[in-house]
Amino acid sequence: MADEKTPIVQVKHLKQYFNIGKANEVKAVDDISFDIYKGETFGLVGESGSGKSTTGRSIIRLYNPTSGQILFEGDDISKIKNRSPRMKQFRQQMQMIFQDPYASLNPRMKVKDIIAEGLDINNLSKNDDERTQRVEELLNMVHLNPEHMSRYPYEFSGGQRQRIGIARALAVDPQFIIADEPISALDVSIQAQVVNLLQDIQKQRNLTYMFIAHDLSMVKYISDRIAVMYSGKIVELASADEIYNNPLHPYTQSLLSAIPVPDPEVEKTRERIDFDHKKHFSDDQRLQEVQPGHFLYCSDEQAKKY
Amino acid sequence: MEKILDVKNLNVDFSTYNGTVHAIRGVDFHLNSGETLAIVGESGSGKSVTVRTVLQLMAKNAKITQGEIRYHDEDLLKKSEKQMDDIRGNKISMIFQDPMTSLDPTMTIGKQVAEPLLIHNKVSKADALKRAEEVLRLVGIPNPKARMKDYPHQFSGGQRQRIVIAIAIVNYPEILIADEPTTALDVTVQAQIIDLLKELQQKIGTSIIFITHDLGVVAGIADRVAVMYAGKLVEYGNVDEIFYDPQHPYTWGLLDSMPTLDTDDQNRLNSIPGTPPNLLNPPKGDAFAPRNAYAMEIDEEEQPPFFKVSKTHYAATWLLHPDAPKVEPPKSIQQRFEKYQQMLGGSVK
Amino acid sequence: MEQVPKIPKEKFKLLHKKDNQAQESLGTPSLTYLQDVRRRLFSNKVATVCLILLGIMVLISVFAPVVAPHNPNTQRVEYSNLPPKIGNLDIPGFNGMQNMDGKSVDAYKAVNAPKDTYYILGTDYLGRDLLSRIIYGTRLSLIVAVLATLVDLIIGLPYGIVSGWKGGKVDTFLQRIIEIVSSVPNLVVVILMMIILKPGLVSIVIAIALTDWVTMARLIRAQTFQLKEQEYILAARTLGESSTKIATKHLIPNLSSTIIIQTMFTIPNAIFFEAFLSFIGIGIPAPNASLGTLLSDGQKAFRFLPYQMWAPALILSIIMIATNLLGDGLRDAFDPQSSD
Ligand SMILES: Nc1ncnc2c1ncn2[C@@H]1O[C@H](COP(=O)(O)OP(=O)(O)OP(=O)(O)O)[C@@H](O)[C@H]1O
Ligand SMILES: Nc1ncnc2c1ncn2[C@@H]1O[C@H](COP(=O)(O)OP(=O)(O)OP(=O)(O)O)[C@@H](O)[C@H]1O
Ligand SMILES: [Mg+2]
Ligand SMILES: [Mg+2]
Repeated sequence: MADEKTPIVQVKHLKQYFNIGKANEVKAVDDISFDIYKGETFGLVGESGSGKSTTGRSIIRLYNPTSGQILFEGDDISKIKNRSPRMKQFRQQMQMIFQDPYASLNPRMKVKDIIAEGLDINNLSKNDDERTQRVEELLNMVHLNPEHMSRYPYEFSGGQRQRIGIARALAVDPQFIIADEPISALDVSIQAQVVNLLQDIQKQRNLTYMFIAHDLSMVKYISDRIAVMYSGKIVELASADEIYNNPLHPYTQSLLSAIPVPDPEVEKTRERIDFDHKKHFSDDQRLQEVQPGHFLYCSDEQAKKY
Repeated sequence: MEKILDVKNLNVDFSTYNGTVHAIRGVDFHLNSGETLAIVGESGSGKSVTVRTVLQLMAKNAKITQGEIRYHDEDLLKKSEKQMDDIRGNKISMIFQDPMTSLDPTMTIGKQVAEPLLIHNKVSKADALKRAEEVLRLVGIPNPKARMKDYPHQFSGGQRQRIVIAIAIVNYPEILIADEPTTALDVTVQAQIIDLLKELQQKIGTSIIFITHDLGVVAGIADRVAVMYAGKLVEYGNVDEIFYDPQHPYTWGLLDSMPTLDTDDQNRLNSIPGTPPNLLNPPKGDAFAPRNAYAMEIDEEEQPPFFKVSKTHYAATWLLHPDAPKVEPPKSIQQRFEKYQQMLGGSVK
Repeated sequence: MEQVPKIPKEKFKLLHKKDNQAQESLGTPSLTYLQDVRRRLFSNKVATVCLILLGIMVLISVFAPVVAPHNPNTQRVEYSNLPPKIGNLDIPGFNGMQNMDGKSVDAYKAVNAPKDTYYILGTDYLGRDLLSRIIYGTRLSLIVAVLATLVDLIIGLPYGIVSGWKGGKVDTFLQRIIEIVSSVPNLVVVILMMIILKPGLVSIVIAIALTDWVTMARLIRAQTFQLKEQEYILAARTLGESSTKIATKHLIPNLSSTIIIQTMFTIPNAIFFEAFLSFIGIGIPAPNASLGTLLSDGQKAFRFLPYQMWAPALILSIIMIATNLLGDGLRDAFDPQSSD
């Protein structure tokens, strides 16, 4: 999948601070760099408050980055203005799927109008019939009954709503989709439905995903490469198998040791690794490639060990 | 082993604007002294309602239409509100689903932890605060003496959940009911809380009812497991029996749809199609039938009774009826069966 | 549990469900959101009746010069304080009879009114036709109410949305203005207006306009703050929806309950405020009538001539109750989740 290795998104020294200059300044994202390749699924994991959502929202330009560059297909989009033609184009190329199936759909709009929002903004359908037809296609694509397009969101279950959100994102035919914890709020039995759907659509349309989550077994399953975030920084980045089989950063190790496994025998023998923030961070560290394709946040000296 | 809590044929209805919701439809379970019972099931399957009914902390529109809740040979449903006050937070206490809202933001945590003691035990204030400090240390709040004067917002999410637990156990209850105490937390914090609960159980011998929908957590904490679907139990048994010898197709589906770290990325995930039924009009037959790949005609007509699998293991599925055809469970379940055979073989030797 | 029920063998055949994804189709008609709102509103009988009642009142007010039987300000002192009378029909209470010293007297005969002269709701102490005065008074009160609502919607609503949506410095600045405006009591504003302009409708409306939108703006701002973090708003932004479109498509429909509830307060407030001003004598100047002046006059004569107060009080109550019930109905109508 990611063999060709052409980057679609390149993040360079991205910083996203909030309340700059005030007492409550937050360095939500603090100097991170990474590439996402065309056609791959890039997983982003980390503890709550580590800056995962902020990273996603900066890339899709819901925020104005404090500093750094975001290249989309080689083109810096970190500074384009809100109502510019370039922004309009960009809004069709990159889309987002949200976490909360209840808050992500306007309760006072019909499913049809929710899904068609992107079509309407960009005048992608010539007339009403074409609009209806597009919505029908999209509903079919996410395995929902097209007859349901005149219903309201509250008439659907969590998993169905999440699929409506996916259809809305797909309507503008994007190349890159950021999914911010798209299954965290769903039941186990429904999660698999949505993940399968996302993967099918990825194949059909050759999409690239950034998949934000805290359920590590699901991220491992869906991602080609995974970045682990801790307090605004990426501490480790490698292929999914590498991260799981050969975790180098103590935080990654701690995270992996805490994943609950639905197998009592495994749980009985589990040993947890604690992570001490103070012991493992110092100022001379940066993200560097310590093994081919395996990046670690460490000092130059530590890097030599590998 | 003594049955410390025994719930029999519990039925709970909610009257709503749209009609009567039959949220709990005949639930039987018991809790042995000193054990951890996990209740798992989908959102809306009735886990919270079931345990809230035990403490009679129900919404105003709730009505218990039938049932019995035996606690040490007394029926809790026959107790007066005053008698219940004496039991709640004292002999049986509860940790609620939403950790962030169960603390009072205007009160120091020392006072909040000491409060149940003052209400129930009539100890002196100084003694209560001393005990609060002890318990806060027990749940792993560093430097509890100083931090007792802090307010909830000065603690992290994980710490706040520890404080909630401290409040629940300060009276050393016989039964601790934890309603999804870790769902809102990170995996690392979750792991710490689970370790904490296990440790507490050993130290003070509390029996625990642990509600969750995460089977991974269940495997780590439970002695016995009850699986709920649409207001009914569908299967219950020892933790090994549920994880290695599951019999109900819903349990199969739950176990089968979770990827593990060794799930092959090339395969599709197995999922349970469809969505749970609407409890306004529960189906006549087995509520799981519409989503069940192994459904039979009888499933649509009649609700299955519990069939005995072992002395401790029961499942409500017609597949266990002698006349039912032999079906082939999903592959990952068959692997679990195999593992079970090996384990049993091992234990015989 | 231990007993296995007897069941025919053929019931144990696997159904091999495949297409269990299929869902029942409801066959709901395909209406737009606004059509749905209208349908839900009209399926609510109480709200419909209130709407009709208010509609009739508005119509009568608009066509007051045609509908009113007399000129509301013409005084005929000889016909003062006549009781209600409808034609020559002998309906108790509407037959021109009056209690005087324990005896029932025909008040019209007592003042030698011609046979075809009658006042449906009687006359006041200056002999002015009460019905006509009520029609004109209602008209005036409704104008005040409508203007106050318009000000709420035209100033308060956008002000609140902008303040909440922009946040930051813009919000701080706009909130300072609100604080200044709301720190001046209403009555002071009115009195100032009276000094600058001449007493009357214009100054009352300007006084209401200057102060009334503040509550609406505050409520809307607070709600907008909450709404703008909702993921569906973020989704609209990632699709490139403009701020104005987000306001009309997403914010206003979801603010509608707040808007309606606040309007339900604004309307009676404005009417009562005008009535209060007239009552204390700085409202609508004589001889013009408003519901407020009518009540004030009626109250003076209430002990002996109760009908002079009943009629305007009844109209005022109907307006209040009808707007409230209609408001409730509208709020439900805008909420798809309220079952219909
Ligand atoms: N608009 C904002 N203003 C101020 N601080 C913010 C804002 N958005 C996020 N933050 C802060 O930035 C940090 C990172 O938040 P973010 O939402 O990116 O975390 P996350 O990794 O997505 O966590 P979660 O797993 O809980 O969703 C947090 O400390 C958060 O409180
Ligand atoms: N006060 C209430 N009024 C009406 N229905 C209710 C009420 N409380 C619960 N229900 C219904 O009862 C059913 C069971 O709810 P319950 O909260 O026990 O689910 P749960 O298994 O705890 O789910 P979750 O995992 O989401 O917490 C649901 O269908 C719910 O909608
Ligand atoms: Mg997040
Ligand atoms: Mg619950």
